[in-house]
Amino acid sequence: MARSDVKKFFLYSLFLGILVIPLVGFPTTTFDASRAFTVWGAFVGLLAFGMIVKGVRRSHGYENLSNNLAPARKRIKDRLNAVPVKYYLIVLLAFTVIYPMVANRYLIDVGITCLIYVILGLGLNIVVGLAGLLDLGYIAFYAVGAYTYALLNLNFGIPFWFCIPMGIAFGCIAGCIIGYPTLKMRGDYLAIVTMGFGEIIRLMLNNWDKLTAGPNGLYGMSKPGIIYPSFADGGLTWVIFHLKSLQALYFLALVFAVLTVIGVQRLDKSRIGRAWVAIREDEVAAELSGVPTMWLKLLAYALGASFASVIGGFFAAKLSYTNPNFFIFMESCIVLCIVVLGGVGSTPGVIIAAVILSAVPEIFRDLQNYRMLAFGAAMAAMMVLKPEGLIPATRRKRELHVAEQNTHEET
Amino acid sequence: MANEQPILQLEDVHTYYGNIHALKGVSISIPKGGIVCLIGANGAGKSTTLMTIFGIQPAAKGKIFYDSQPIEKLQPEQIAARGVAQSPEGRQIFPTMSVRENLEMGAYLRSDKKEIAKDMEWVFTLFPRLAERLGQLGGTLSGGEQQMLAIARALMQRPKLLLLDEPSLGLAPKLVEVIFETITQINQDSSTTIFLVEQNANMALGISDTGYVMETGKIVLTDKSSVLLESEQVKKAYLG
Repeated sequence: MARSDVKKFFLYSLFLGILVIPLVGFPTTTFDASRAFTVWGAFVGLLAFGMIVKGVRRSHGYENLSNNLAPARKRIKDRLNAVPVKYYLIVLLAFTVIYPMVANRYLIDVGITCLIYVILGLGLNIVVGLAGLLDLGYIAFYAVGAYTYALLNLNFGIPFWFCIPMGIAFGCIAGCIIGYPTLKMRGDYLAIVTMGFGEIIRLMLNNWDKLTAGPNGLYGMSKPGIIYPSFADGGLTWVIFHLKSLQALYFLALVFAVLTVIGVQRLDKSRIGRAWVAIREDEVAAELSGVPTMWLKLLAYALGASFASVIGGFFAAKLSYTNPNFFIFMESCIVLCIVVLGGVGSTPGVIIAAVILSAVPEIFRDLQNYRMLAFGAAMAAMMVLKPEGLIPATRRKRELHVAEQNTHEET
Repeated sequence: MANEQPILQLEDVHTYYGNIHALKGVSISIPKGGIVCLIGANGAGKSTTLMTIFGIQPAAKGKIFYDSQPIEKLQPEQIAARGVAQSPEGRQIFPTMSVRENLEMGAYLRSDKKEIAKDMEWVFTLFPRLAERLGQLGGTLSGGEQQMLAIARALMQRPKLLLLDEPSLGLAPKLVEVIFETITQINQDSSTTIFLVEQNANMALGISDTGYVMETGKIVLTDKSSVLLESEQVKKAYLG
């Protein structure tokens, strides 16, 4: 290992120390040295490990080894690629179906949260990944769905399944309300406006006491029900069975998630999806080709919003409770993180990222107050190591592939 | 041709970018089937003229007639649907779409699959290089190839009127010649009317019938291209 690396190691350790020790060392007003230095030590250990791995990868021996292993690696990769996607999907679906039967209540609950974030991530992916519109207030549509169900069910007794289409309608309207005035905006400006919109919705829910009960929230909504015929009394009667068990709710969320995946995949491959990609890549060129950019952008907002709205209704029904604090700005950020981390525009990437990002805070739960710190560090590390996302969208992968070909041709 | 209605006519068109008065009363008339060029220096308002025709930067005042019908209030996609296509400045192609997908985007408004395939064959005879690069992504093409792709994509709309914005920008002189030859060929093959916006006055006047000279948002001179090529004023300002 070179001397400069040792120097770097000490510099980085010092930097981490400045960053971590004051942050972790003061749980109260007194300095807790053992605690601060343990956490710092852990970070320094990680750093050393990372630098050693990097050093080994750069070394001559590794290059030889890696070159020798390249054919084998390629063979494995080819064999994995030869397996049709269908089989992966079957395994994945089998796992998600069996999961609630073997997992305990806590794990099923985490599973439902994962599925909710999968749907939110995929919905936002339409707006951000396909149409290329940065939306920092996406959680507002989730809130619209939750409150639509809560208010309709509590005030008028409308059952879950009738509230879902209404939720979609309200979500679409909300999407258009934010979409229309921002049509000419892009980038940072759009992000700021959408962020403001998200906050407006939350503050409205928080302050409109008469309608939303303010910060106390609304409770007592009925769970989603299933109507089935019963012949118990000799005659035919219809019985409503409310899905109260966590398992049943899990399966309902799973159905929503599967439908979302199918819907998003179809959109991605459709003419509309192609037009969204064109808008994202070059709006003027898309307009010149006759793409109705205004309508398609509105459609992206409306569709993205309606996915969030549906699952928002489910969320409110599952808890039988909702309050404005579920829909803080942080939630929008997490959903955006899911999209970016998974790979903008990539459905499998977003699914995996959603599972990771909703599971990771649970894994770090033992770290108590520092779990958000660990979460942030994990995010930062991910962005450094894999900036294009966990599973980059095929379009990007193809781009890298072609770039590679070009360099081969030149050499 | 003289007594026929022009395919495109601009009458006293004014366009603003915020407070900036970019077009100050532009009037242009483009006869059917010909090549008309608009020359002028950087920032004279040439590209703005095209963006205004297409409704992307709408005219604040004035009238634009296409096929004798006013189009200044229409959306870009409606104008595209009527048979106007534009190859934008700076080779704005879709970088992560393949050459084929780029061309398919050009035919976005069309549903006649057979005719689309036929037109694709035709643009490949015009630009054989694109046929070789069919599966390659737009962003990885060379500058000249991207310019060809931008023009080819516009042609996939099967336009009656083709607007070309600075097709020679940043290309090697030899390639510029190839592109201009192809433009003449497009005009002859398909009797597409061409409105060419150029800084390269020499080349543009060489292939066009009529020329307009623009300075700071106004048309300052118009005549037959052959006359403009000999004009002292144009020679001094643009031909050097």
